[in-house]
Amino acid sequence: MSQLHPAVNSKDYIQGNHSASLELVEYGDYQCPYCGRAYPIIKKIQQKLGDDLKFVFRNFPLSDMHPDAFNAAIAAEAAAMQNKFWEMHDIIFENQQELDGESLFVYADSIGLDVERFKKDIQNDALVAKVEQDFESGVRSGVNGTPSFYINGEKYNGDWEEHAFTEYLKSQLEVIK
Amino acid sequence: MLAPGTQAPEFELHSTPDQKLKLNDLRGKKIVLAFYPADWSPVCSDQMALYNEMHKMFSKHNAQVIGVSVDSKWCHLAFSGDRKFHFPLLADFEPKGAISKLYDVYDEKEGESQRALYVIDENGIIRWSYLSPKGMNPGADGILNALEELDKSK
Repeated sequence: MSQLHPAVNSKDYIQGNHSASLELVEYGDYQCPYCGRAYPIIKKIQQKLGDDLKFVFRNFPLSDMHPDAFNAAIAAEAAAMQNKFWEMHDIIFENQQELDGESLFVYADSIGLDVERFKKDIQNDALVAKVEQDFESGVRSGVNGTPSFYINGEKYNGDWEEHAFTEYLKSQLEVIK
Repeated sequence: MLAPGTQAPEFELHSTPDQKLKLNDLRGKKIVLAFYPADWSPVCSDQMALYNEMHKMFSKHNAQVIGVSVDSKWCHLAFSGDRKFHFPLLADFEPKGAISKLYDVYDEKEGESQRALYVIDENGIIRWSYLSPKGMNPGADGILNALEELDKSK
């Protein structure tokens, strides 16, 4: 079974209770339709599991297949520099059909970013390096398509439709508790 | 599958309708030889798309990835163009599956290559291999580990 490498750390964006017993990591591509379908499912699972779950998103853009995926990932990283990673992550997945440069600026504005600063930040090479590091860590962790999920560090190859995924996570919670 | 330490059998297959590729032409580079069942099928497409995105990582290890299936050179041309692949797909088409058989990764029942990986070093010696369970995309963590081990042992 493939293991998450490196483990969740200070460079990651974490949503939910940081000391939750369940840790769910997604490697995703903002332009991938399956990731788009997983997005509302994860939201519902987060609601159901509440404080028992923390959620982490790492970038895995498949740029040759999805030409806007890399820029979308950069936009989310740039939003993170203004502490609005999740706002950008969400608005991108909610508008997956339109991820061209112009649209990304519109989203930046509508989530309340300082757009001038955002325009500067997306040129920052460090963000490119961060997205590439995420991708590399994904390959190393055995990502074989998007979305790929890891539960408490172990790759989850099962069904991620809402019901099956929730039940599986709950069963893992039972084991841990 | 062929055991690590064995010389990788030589072959010459069409990489495009008017070009052939010999394993020997790539001496001096590490080769990731990825046999797969069929162009266009969902699992194979994901697997090849992943390798395609990894060109930077492979070149860091002086490695070249090559896909092999029993599809024809014209089918490969269309598949590769559609998915914007930057690496060659070889046509193990006539006699059908001959090279897959030579590498002991031919599925007689389906008439396709199995999903199998070989890492070959700069001198043409097989260093690592992996046979994937049916329908499972093996990802690339195994390949990456094998390439790193090779670089370390130098």
